[in-house]
Amino acid sequence: MSFRGKDVLSILDFSRNDLERLFRIASSRFEGDELKGKVVALAFFEPSTRTRLSFETATLRLGGGYIGFDAVQGTSIAKGETFSDTIRMLDAYADVIVVRHSLEGAAKLAAELAEAPVINAGDGSKRHPTQAMIDLYTVWREKKGIDNLVYGVLGDLRYGRASGSFLRALNLYSPRKAYLIAPESLRPKEELLDTLRMPWEFADLEEVLPELDVLYVTRIQKERFPDPAEYERVKGSYRIDAALLKNAKEDMIILHPLPRVDEIALDVDSTPHARYFKQAAYGVPIRMALLREVVP
Amino acid sequence: MSEELVVRRISNGTVIDHIPAGRALKVLRILGITGEEGYMVSMVMNVYSKKLGKKDIVKVEGRELSSEEVNKIALVAPTATINIVRDYEVVEKRKVELPDRIEGIVRCVNPKCVTNAPREAVHPSFRVISRKPLKLVCEYCGEYLTEEEVIAQLAGT
Ligand SMILES: Nc1ncnc2c1ncn2[C@@H]1O[C@H](COP(=O)(O)OP(=O)(O)OP(=O)(O)O)[C@@H](O)[C@H]1O
Ligand SMILES: [Mg+2]
Ligand SMILES: [Zn+2]
Repeated sequence: MSFRGKDVLSILDFSRNDLERLFRIASSRFEGDELKGKVVALAFFEPSTRTRLSFETATLRLGGGYIGFDAVQGTSIAKGETFSDTIRMLDAYADVIVVRHSLEGAAKLAAELAEAPVINAGDGSKRHPTQAMIDLYTVWREKKGIDNLVYGVLGDLRYGRASGSFLRALNLYSPRKAYLIAPESLRPKEELLDTLRMPWEFADLEEVLPELDVLYVTRIQKERFPDPAEYERVKGSYRIDAALLKNAKEDMIILHPLPRVDEIALDVDSTPHARYFKQAAYGVPIRMALLREVVP
Repeated sequence: MSEELVVRRISNGTVIDHIPAGRALKVLRILGITGEEGYMVSMVMNVYSKKLGKKDIVKVEGRELSSEEVNKIALVAPTATINIVRDYEVVEKRKVELPDRIEGIVRCVNPKCVTNAPREAVHPSFRVISRKPLKLVCEYCGEYLTEEEVIAQLAGT
């Protein structure tokens, strides 16, 4: 399928073949001026550092220009302009619109209103397709394939959009198994569990660690717990350090969408397991490949 | 007393029969019939029915409602029968059938869903993923809407 002019709303809009093609482009170290004369709108209604900077970098590396804003201060949204009107305006200015928003489904709405293709850079707590592409790409490169591996997905699997997006993305492949490692109150909603097509199980990190090929770690935010004491009680079970990793397979890799706080100790960074900085670096080539393919 | 004696026969139009007792007003609301359209609308509530014990009936004179228009009433009246009347005779009879998509009518229960944002150019829309029990999924945010939630929302109307 050609992505030209298409919206990128959910990772499930893509097939394995689509992603494979994207991965091959991203890994070909291509350079070019495919976006010369093009304008990318970066509409970040919610703050973000990494995602925004990597879209900016990807645009500049392809010779394109960008317009946009960060959060809502400094735009007329602060004066009460609706999201819909802002999108219509950007549609008139830009060749592609990258949207980040705290409301779920905001990117789909933008896509309905805009002629230009819309790329979802994270809306609400469920979808973040370009992050999922980067995550899959990291596994694809670092493990030479995505199928038949045992995955552990750890952290806030209920409100965290990266973990949910990653799990959904795995549906496109055939993992041997996915272990969901989360405190009870942060387990995925049934909406997500119902869609999982691979064998999965709730699990304890220490128990399943020796089986894992890929450990995907996300942050557990204190604010998610109604009772702070509960947070203090569980947080130790979701912390990774070098000592713990003695029990892991030698070639097990650890991913994290970043930013991390203290769920991964600094002493893990120098182990061969740590791939999260590489993962962050892959954000640029993947978004370059995507922009190159999507922008009309 | 027979409903025939309560309501005059119509020459042409649509009779929605076998509506669960007490739901006729909700049916009219879902159909968007307010009475201001001009055609004659009559309604009987809580009449005796062999099949349902009690039922409601809605009759719309001068308009043949299409399946597409009528099917969404299956949310509150899954037992309803649509009768098309021409020249005082029933010429077509069909059961309502819940469509695969529901637009408007019910709201998404997720407060962070874009369809709940005020003043945005969007209407709630759902895909039907199960009919018995009824289960809808929001096309914008992916949240489920259960049968109880649908009934609770429509009860308030
Ligand atoms: N000309 C008409 N004007 C108003 N109502 C009518 C007219 N003809 C039929 N109806 C009503 O439409 C409904 C269906 O009519 P029909 O004669 O098919 O009854 P039925 O055999 O009991 O049908 P069912 O098996 O669906 O209960 C009944 O409620 C009937 O009273
Ligand atoms: Mg009858
Ligand atoms: Zn919704």
